[in-house]
Order: sequence, then structure tokens, then C-alpha cells
Amino acid sequence: MTAAADMDTTGGRQATAAPFAIELKGVSKSFGPVQANKDINIAVPRGTINGIIGENGAGKSTLMSILYGFYKADAGEIFINGRPTAIPDSQSAIRAGIGMVFQHFKLVQNFSVLENVVLGAEEGALLNRSLAKARKLLSDLAREYELDVDPDALIEDLSVGHQQRVEILKALYRHADILILDEPTGVLTPDEADHLFRILKGLRDQGKTIILITHKLREIMETTDNVSVMRRGTMVGTVKTSETSPEALAELMVGRKVLLEVEKRPARPGARILSVENLSVRDEHKVERLKGVSFDIHAGEILGIAGVAGNGQSELLAALGGIARATGRVVVNGNDLPLKGANGQSRRAAGIAHVPEDRQHLGLIMDFTAWENVAFGYHNAPQYQRSWLFMDNAAIREDTAKKMATFDVRPPIPTLAAKSFSGGNQQKIVVAREMEQDPELLLIGQPTRGVDIGAIEFIHKQIVALRDQGRAILLVSVELDEIMSLSDRIAVMFDGRIMGFRDPAKTNERELGLMMAGMTGDDPKIGAA
Amino acid sequence: MDHLPKWADVALVPLISLVLAALVSALVLLAIGQDPVEAFKVMVSGAVGSANGWGYTLYYATSFMFTGLAVTVAFHAGLFNIGGEGQAQLGGLGVALVCLALPWPHWTLALLAASLGAAAFGAAWAAIPAYLQAKRGSHIVITTIMFNYIAAAFLVFMLVDVLRPAGSMDPASAKFPVGAKLPSLTDIPLIQDLFVRYNPDGTLRLTKAGDIAYVNIPANVTLFVAILACVAIWALLWRTRLGYQIRAFGKSEKASLYAGISPLRITMIAMLISGGLSGLMAINNVMGQSERLLQGSGEGAGFIGIAVALMGRNHPIGIFLAAILFGFLYQGGASLGLNTSIPIEMRVVVQGLVILFTGALDMMVRMILTWIFGMFRSHKLGAA
Repeated sequence: MTAAADMDTTGGRQATAAPFAIELKGVSKSFGPVQANKDINIAVPRGTINGIIGENGAGKSTLMSILYGFYKADAGEIFINGRPTAIPDSQSAIRAGIGMVFQHFKLVQNFSVLENVVLGAEEGALLNRSLAKARKLLSDLAREYELDVDPDALIEDLSVGHQQRVEILKALYRHADILILDEPTGVLTPDEADHLFRILKGLRDQGKTIILITHKLREIMETTDNVSVMRRGTMVGTVKTSETSPEALAELMVGRKVLLEVEKRPARPGARILSVENLSVRDEHKVERLKGVSFDIHAGEILGIAGVAGNGQSELLAALGGIARATGRVVVNGNDLPLKGANGQSRRAAGIAHVPEDRQHLGLIMDFTAWENVAFGYHNAPQYQRSWLFMDNAAIREDTAKKMATFDVRPPIPTLAAKSFSGGNQQKIVVAREMEQDPELLLIGQPTRGVDIGAIEFIHKQIVALRDQGRAILLVSVELDEIMSLSDRIAVMFDGRIMGFRDPAKTNERELGLMMAGMTGDDPKIGAA
Repeated sequence: MDHLPKWADVALVPLISLVLAALVSALVLLAIGQDPVEAFKVMVSGAVGSANGWGYTLYYATSFMFTGLAVTVAFHAGLFNIGGEGQAQLGGLGVALVCLALPWPHWTLALLAASLGAAAFGAAWAAIPAYLQAKRGSHIVITTIMFNYIAAAFLVFMLVDVLRPAGSMDPASAKFPVGAKLPSLTDIPLIQDLFVRYNPDGTLRLTKAGDIAYVNIPANVTLFVAILACVAIWALLWRTRLGYQIRAFGKSEKASLYAGISPLRITMIAMLISGGLSGLMAINNVMGQSERLLQGSGEGAGFIGIAVALMGRNHPIGIFLAAILFGFLYQGGASLGLNTSIPIEMRVVVQGLVILFTGALDMMVRMILTWIFGMFRSHKLGAA
């Protein structure tokens, strides 16, 4: 104890011996009345992978933004390699050896990989020298860490996984010793994610320090050495990953016991509710995005659509929800739905409710109040009208208060603007609106994207409950865990086609992952394997 | 991000913006060697210091209410209708055709019919840009501006070649029949008491027939139509399904598609209402004041409507107040030109500054105020 204390007093001079790559002491940050970070203490040992988990709004991003110089802490100190370091801007962060890989890449689409890597770190007026240097470094890194990317490829031609590698290369080119990754796997296939983790482990073994921000417990358990949990702006604990479990972490994050597995009885499918035949959708550039998919959904059944984002799932939902024009045939309860002059109103009349993938741009009007959003899409409903001319705003507000209570929306204030709610509560408003219509068929896209663990549990329960009432549910999600735990049947989509159907009990992530990458499948048109 | 208290947001921000605009106007006046205090006095007394001044201020305000509402309805649908001027001119044509069509037996009938004519012509003029926007994606800002010029040219053609009475040298229509004359505010019991004339010695002035004499003012019953329109537009936007759909579409076209709100339908309806409101302005000036159709009958009110809507925060109550303010500026500026050596163009400068500060620089005042309120609040928190 005393020895450690002695070392601390001389910390500055013994910097080279300091075991921690990053140490934060008493870091606090408020935005007006909201305290985003309260007295955060964390020490990250050099040469380790450290996870930071927490629900939305727990303060993870704020903390990392302080570390990367986007925000200035109100109080507290930052030590990099034992040396007290001020980080007023991101240039200082880079000089201190910190590199950041953002969730949304910051790449110039029509530049080559090399050009993106040297951008902002060019040496001299002519590019040749930096480019040559970068080319050499890239080939070195590619050999060492499986970080292989064609240096002359244009970013726009690269897959998402490769673009992410370019982001990592950018940081390494700037001599980053500490690499921060913010939700890096959100856009990757399971295979790509595995590859990323191999890269990260390789970097760690070379002595780099890695901070991984994620909300996926599985990734934390598989990849990290230590994990820090944040809750409501405070650091509730740091534990060795080998000494904890997903359940324990979830409980730390939420502050109460959380059910990670969805409890559900086997499905008892009834009559056929939805029948889709050869459905195709072209985008505004006339490119075919959905290429003739066919499937059925029965009453009391959840069909899960697995796939990496951008493989036609959005177009499928848009066509069924009456947003996009389509060709083919869609039958609901024996009635053909119009696919050309499609309209969200006629879909609702046919008993289809739709929780869209993008709640902020489709499902809600962020400037509208909660009650105005509860009427959104159902503004013609008779119970919301006072007369032929006027709407019954009071009735809508009352109905909203009821729905907010049922779905535990917080705060339960109908007159609050949608943008004032957290992501999870916004989603609950949309889910409440659509589920409470008692639809025949529920289309639900990314039901828990950006939603915290407590709300995920709740929304999953509601989906299963609706199924048990004998409704048909089409679930689209890029979270394979979610698809596997909720679905009664899984369809995997790749490049606008359904690669095949699987029984969740008789498949595994590996098989689904290969199908999601288009490697194998049942569709004869693919010429599988 | 901190928020301002509602009262500060609604009242304090525009007030400070106005004071800033006045201060900069004073600097401009100083720069051209004029006395800003004197100029301010002349403006106030000219616009609101006499019954006559009020008569003009309210007359202008009436026009601005219509054009301000027109901009607002389109704005809530996410459309920027700059074509108020042209739509108002076409509205004038509608008024003229209706008024000249019959020897109207009573002004109420004439008002009703002329209102329909004005609104229909204004709406029709807005319908073409609306359709081009909704169907072809031609930007409505560009097309409505172009339609202002087409309207002006079309009106000249109508006045010179169609409506001009034989033998007249004026590019103007014939005078409207007596039955189409709208009552002035001085014809309305009770209100007329505000507009009595006094002799220099302070006694009431009488007409030759021995009746009480009133000042001659252009403000007329259309003012009440405008106030009614403010109420109706408020109810439309915040109490009806159509208004709900207009606002939803204006906030997010993408989300509206999801909800099954038709972009074509809402664009058309919102622009028809907007154009109709601009057109209605013509009953104030064409029917209520000049009593015949003249060239340039929009009087620039179509453009001022943009500023009025901006300052009135696209809310009918705000528009009502902002219209009166701009009426004041218009009339006050006119008296500057009449009673001082300050050029009348100065009123354009003052209007420009008011628009600049209340519209474009609104965020600046808001940010500074938010900061001050934030300091004040954290100070209170610290003390507690």
C-alpha cells in the first residue's frame, strides 16, 4: 500500500514505468442541468482491450469525446502514459497517441484508400512522399494484422468492413497507441466482426491499447480483457472480463435483474395471414433492390428476416407498408393489396401496422408532441375526431396518456415533443401506437436499435405477447441475436433475395452468417456454393 | 441545450430584435446627417399619433395580415411561397371582374362574391407552381417568383386591352359600381367615434349638413375579414385533420409518406389556401380603397407578407401583431417622406433592418439570451 502511494507521488518522473495507458481521475461534465459524467475514475492498463458498456445516455460517448478533445471536462484530470495531459482539441488527442474510429466513418467517398489515410497528415506540398510512405506502412500493417485493403481502391467501392479498416489504418498512420472504437460492429456481418476482433487482438498483442464501446454483451465477453460499466453518468465498476458474466454486466448496466433470453412458448401457427409472391422493388435510380422474394406468414408466427443492413430488407418493409412502389403480389387475409398506387392509409385499413426501421425519420415527427405522434398515421381514425371538421385533440391526449402508461414511456407527458424523449422511449411511443391498433399483421423493423437493455426486454415481451394473441409478425433486424431469440422461422436476405429459410432451433450463427454474406443458400438463382 | 422560458421566447426575443433594428436605423440616420430622435417622433406621430395615421396603419396592416397568413400556411407545409405579390394581383383581377359584373344591390353581397373571386383567382395562380413542384419537382421558390412577373405582365395586358373603359387613357379598370363600395371604419358605429375630426380649437367638426365629420381613411371592413382569417387559419392548422396533415408534411415529407399522407394532395391544398389568402388581400385595397383595378395592385404587400410571417413566428397571433408593426413602419415611413427631408426610401431601410434582426439574426439574440438565462440559473443553483 505504502509503496504504491510512494510511486504515485513521483508519478510524473516515473512516467515510463506507469502501467496505465489512460487514467482518468474525477472527470465530470455537465450540459446545463444534465450531468453527463459524474466523477469518473478509470485506469486502462497498457496493452489490453477494454470494453465500456452502458445504456444509451449513460455517458460513454461524452467520456470518449472528452478523451478525444471534442468536449472539455468541467473537472478532473487525464493522464496519458502516466503524464498529465490536456486535450483541448482532437489534434492534441492525436499528438497524445489517441486514435478514434467513429460509428459513422469520416471518409472521403471518391478518394482512394491511400489518399484518405494521408488526408490531414500530408507532409510537404507534394503528395508523392506521403503516399509512398503510407503505401509502405499499409503493406506492413496488412502483413502483421490481417489489415489488408487495396491501397488504390476508391472508398465508395469498398464494403463497410473494409471502410472500417481504413479508419483503423488512418489512426495507426498517425501513430496511435490508444485506439478507441465506438460501436464498431453495428454495420458488420458476424464474419466481418470476427475479423475485426482478430485485428484488434493482434494490435493488442503488439502493445496497443484498445477501448471498445459497445452495447453488445457478447462482444464484450469474447474480446475484452477488462470491462467498465457506466450507468447514468457514473462509472459503476470495472471488472476483469474473465471474472464476470453477461447477466452480471446487464444487471450492473440497468441497475436491476434483466432477462437476456426471451421467454416464449413454441409457436402455434394458424391460418395464413400474409402471402408474398415474387415481390420486387426498384429504387429511384431504377436499380432493383428487392429481387422477387416470396414467403408466407401465418397467424401466431414471427418470421424473422436476418441480413446485413442494405440487402433489401428496408425495401421489403417499404413495399409492404405502402411506402414504395413494387411489383409482384401481396395478399393479406385473402385480399390483394395494391402495389402501384400504394398508400400507408390503405395498408392500415387492411390491418397492417408498421414499426419502421428508422423511427426518427419515418416513424415519428420529432418536432411534434407525443400525442400528435400517437395520432400519426391514424389521424383519420373515428375515435380521434370531434366532428367532420375538427380533430378531438383532448381525446388523442387522453389516449396517449393511456398508451404511455401501458408501455411505460418515460416521462409520461403527452405534450412533450418527441425529440425530447430518449431513443428507447421514442421507440416505445412508436411501438405502442402500432401495437395498440391490434393489427392482423405487424411489420417491425429494427425494434431495438439504439434502445437500452431494459426497454429491449420490454419490447421483446410485447412482440411475443402479440404473437401469442394470434397475430402475424414480420421482424426485420440486423441483430442476429434478436432474430434468433424472437423468430419462429428465419429468412436470410442477401442482395435483395431470400437465401433460404431456417428453423432457429436447428441453425447457428455461423450458418446464418454465411448466408448473410451470400456464400451459401437455397435460392437456385444464386448458384449456391 | 438550455431552453428559454416561454415568455422570453415569445416576447423578449422579438422585442430585443426590434430595439436593435431601431438602434441600427438610428445609426444610418446619423450617417446621412439626420436626427434619429426627431425621425422617430415623426414616424410615431405619423403612424399612430392621429386618427388619420391609425386609419392608414390599420389599412396596411389588413393587407399584411392576409399575405402574412398566406406565407404561413405554405410554410407549415414546408413550402416557401414567394408568389404572394402575383397572387394578390390576380386576386385584384378577380375582385374587379366580380365587382364590374353586376350593379351590386348591397355591399355584403358584393363582399362575399368578391372574396370568392379574389380567393379563386389567387388560388388558381398558386396552383400552377404547386402542381409543378409536386409533380415535376420544379422548385416552388423559383416558379412563384417567375409567376410574379407573369402576373404583372398579364395584368397590364388585361388593363390595357380588356378592362380599360373605351376612351380612357389610364391603364386601369372602370370604377366599381356604388353597390360594391365597402364601408370604411368611419361608417361603423362605435368604431367611428375613434375617427372623428376636430376643429383647431378642439371642438368637434361638423359637416355642412350638420353631421359629425370623420377623417378620410382607407381602413375598411376588410380588417374584420382579415382578423377572421387569422382565427380561421389558426383553427385550420391546429384543430383540423387537414391542418395536422399540412404540418406533418411540412415537418417531414418522408414520414408523411409512411403515414399515408399524399404529398401531391397536401402541396396542392396548402398552396391553394396560401394563394387564396394572398388573393383576398385585394378586397382591402382594390375593393375597399381604390375601387378600381390599377397597375401593380399588389402594392408590395406580397413581399412584406414574408417578413410578417417570419416575425410573427408563423402563428396567426404573431402575424396579427407583426402586420400591425409593419403597418406602422409603412405609414410612419411615409410620413417621414412627407414631413421631413429624410427620403421616403428610408422606410425600406428600416423595414430591411427589422426583417434582418427579427428574422435572420433571430438566432443571435436567442443564443445570447439563452446564455444569460443559463448564467442566471446556474447562479441561482449555486446559491441554493
